[in-house]
Amino acid sequence: MTHAQAGHNVPLPQEVFPIAYERGPSGMGPRNARRPRGSAAPMRPVAWLIGVLGELLVTAGVVLGLFVVWQLWWTDVEGARAQSEIIAEMDWEGAQTGPATATEHRDPPPVMKEPPEAGTLFAQMFIPRFGDDYVKPVAEGTDKATVLDTIGIGHYNGTAMPGDLGNFAVAAHRTTYGKPFNQIAELKAGDAVVVRTKENWYVYKVTESKIVLPQNVEVIAPVPGVTKDQPMPELTKRFITLTSCHPMFSATERYIVHGELDYWSPVGEGKPKELMS
Amino acid sequence: MYGLLWRAIPGPGWFKFLVCLVLIFGVVAVCFTEFFPWLSEYMPFNDTTVGA
Repeated sequence: MTHAQAGHNVPLPQEVFPIAYERGPSGMGPRNARRPRGSAAPMRPVAWLIGVLGELLVTAGVVLGLFVVWQLWWTDVEGARAQSEIIAEMDWEGAQTGPATATEHRDPPPVMKEPPEAGTLFAQMFIPRFGDDYVKPVAEGTDKATVLDTIGIGHYNGTAMPGDLGNFAVAAHRTTYGKPFNQIAELKAGDAVVVRTKENWYVYKVTESKIVLPQNVEVIAPVPGVTKDQPMPELTKRFITLTSCHPMFSATERYIVHGELDYWSPVGEGKPKELMS
Repeated sequence: MYGLLWRAIPGPGWFKFLVCLVLIFGVVAVCFTEFFPWLSEYMPFNDTTVGA
């Protein structure tokens, strides 16, 4: 005997939501004698289709959530590990002579040639403001997959090399992938940004920070601020420029930090005083 | 859909559950190592460079 035959006027839940109750063996609906536990429930095609669609949507939601977890957390875990492994593999510590403080040379420094191949490691960057043990590898090129996501700091192809006249311009992530420039907004005028090649230390001092639009390429010009339409003045200064995204987790603008070379020193003479803690 | 999968796995309930865990782990691993890195190349919020 069904409920309808018994003369109920108020519909029962299983009559209003037959799909949910037909789904099944999970114990949600009333146990039906014709459908023993574990057997395939004979569903109407429309109900089945809606069920599958729902499952696909739930799956898509879970995958999107996983993507956020991967992007915000996992790339960071992997990136930080990869970057410290690269620093360890470079194994440049041995080239230094103990705790001696490096002499401050202010004559034109020796400059290495730009590596021809993208992805070549050629320097390390130390920024005491980011922590006493902050050191990140620098590689040629600013390709995301081969340099920025995997190695850390990328050198804009064609810009000056460390210590050279012009502008040594680099980019790195501010969030995710080991986030080398996470604290870029904390840099203040006068802060040291130390670049080390295999042979030399180059100690730059921050001069200014600003926020620009992604198309403002003049920030990495040999003389920062000189646009393509303007004649490039004779190069007399040795700049450094760091670029990263702004605001964090967005790409609408770029955070820019400019600096100028203070002094250089061969690594054989010791460590710059900025790195002595 | 997932109901069919559940019924397709043989064995008792606890075994089905274990197999499902392994399958989920496999799918997540493929997402983390292959699918997401590929997808992220097309996401705009990772850009840190000027120009390009």
